Amino acid sequence: MSIHVRYFASLRETMGRIEERLSPEGIVTVSDVWKVVHQGEAFPDHLLCAVNMAYAKPDSPVQDGDEVAFFPFVTGG
Amino acid sequence: MEIQLSETPFDPYALLRDFEREPDHLRAHFGAASLFIGTMRDFNEGEAVESLWLEHYPRMTEHELQRIAQEVQQSAPFKRGLIVHRVGHIVPGETIVLIGTWSCHRAEAITATSRMIEALKHRAPFWKKEQRGTKSHWVESNTSGSGINVASKPVKT
Repeated sequence: MSIHVRYFASLRETMGRIEERLSPEGIVTVSDVWKVVHQGEAFPDHLLCAVNMAYAKPDSPVQDGDEVAFFPFVTGG
Repeated sequence: MEIQLSETPFDPYALLRDFEREPDHLRAHFGAASLFIGTMRDFNEGEAVESLWLEHYPRMTEHELQRIAQEVQQSAPFKRGLIVHRVGHIVPGETIVLIGTWSCHRAEAITATSRMIEALKHRAPFWKKEQRGTKSHWVESNTSGSGINVASKPVKT
């Protein structure tokens, strides 16, 4: 199993990839997922996050098999 | 709540005609319908916009729109609801979003549609990328929906 991480819109372009899979080892929260991908950086205020397709917070729990998504503020409608 | 995401242009009026022909509408228990239709402008922030790319988060978009509809239903109970939203490549003049609610009385329908579009703009995972001339850029925030005071007092004449 693994944690499926997805990126959207401008963040996807900045990251240069749409998704990746991480080992769940040492990951407890959304913030931990971000830190693994960004060499320890804190989750920034200008982004949003979701776990299993529902809005989450940086301190929301993450489990093995979860889908975690990071993206900028939404602009639909 | 019926939710549709469309990769191709749609005629909101033809779609509404078809929707209102469905069996649920034949029982004539609706006293009011309220509609919002959002269309792509050919300008933004004082510059001409040639086209738009609308990205979304498949499945989370539908889930979030259903959550919004359920929340709105608590404060403004409506009988039927419809949301249609474009994704992909869009050009000026094309409809981006159609929201319709049907209820027994006008207050619920008008309130439900208004709350639904405001919530959609702030929560549904869609992102616009504008093409302006040879440059493209991601739109960073939506315009405020509060520019018009819909509850303003009548003007004395």
